[in-house]
Amino acid sequence: MIEILVIFLCCAGMLLFFGGMIGILRLPDAYTRLHMAGMLDTLGLLVLLLGLVLYGFLHAPMSLLVQFKILLLWGFVLVTSPTATHAMVDAGVRAGLTPWVQADVKRRRK
Amino acid sequence: MESFILYLGIVLMGIMLMPLYRAVVGPTTLDRLMGMNAIGSKTVALIVIIGLVFERVDMFVDIALAYAMLNFIAVLAASRYLHKRGRRDTAS
Repeated sequence: MIEILVIFLCCAGMLLFFGGMIGILRLPDAYTRLHMAGMLDTLGLLVLLLGLVLYGFLHAPMSLLVQFKILLLWGFVLVTSPTATHAMVDAGVRAGLTPWVQADVKRRRK
Repeated sequence: MESFILYLGIVLMGIMLMPLYRAVVGPTTLDRLMGMNAIGSKTVALIVIIGLVFERVDMFVDIALAYAMLNFIAVLAASRYLHKRGRRDTAS
């Protein structure tokens, strides 16, 4: 039962990573790409780490300290990944990078 | 179940090639910074997976923590530098 949960969590993390990378490759503007990277990478890493903690609980026996350290890494990623994304968007805004609007597409088609 | 973890690491390395493309040919400096941040956040998971493969999780978890902190500090420092440099680097 827990094996099914481990496989589900790991595959969900991989799927979230893959969706974020598709968004990074295909979206039109640096801000939209940053949004995609910030959202999906954070959630994918959190889900994948949870699956790895469950896997180590079952198959490769970890001590309690190692599980606590992985949960510490979980909390650290939960705090710092949105902060890093916000810092990058803030740098882009202050440096004067103009965001993409729908009018650009219409102007290009004419 | 061990081979599942191994395949998970291989798929993760395949996924890491896509932000590498964005980091190499990204049109603005912000795109390159974002690509390197995405690669770093996937490397944290990859280090824990390597620890599970070699059955030395107790050592590799410390490396993953230090790598996460280093990635965060590097992104903060690079973005501060970017908005101090101003418009001419990031104008698309």
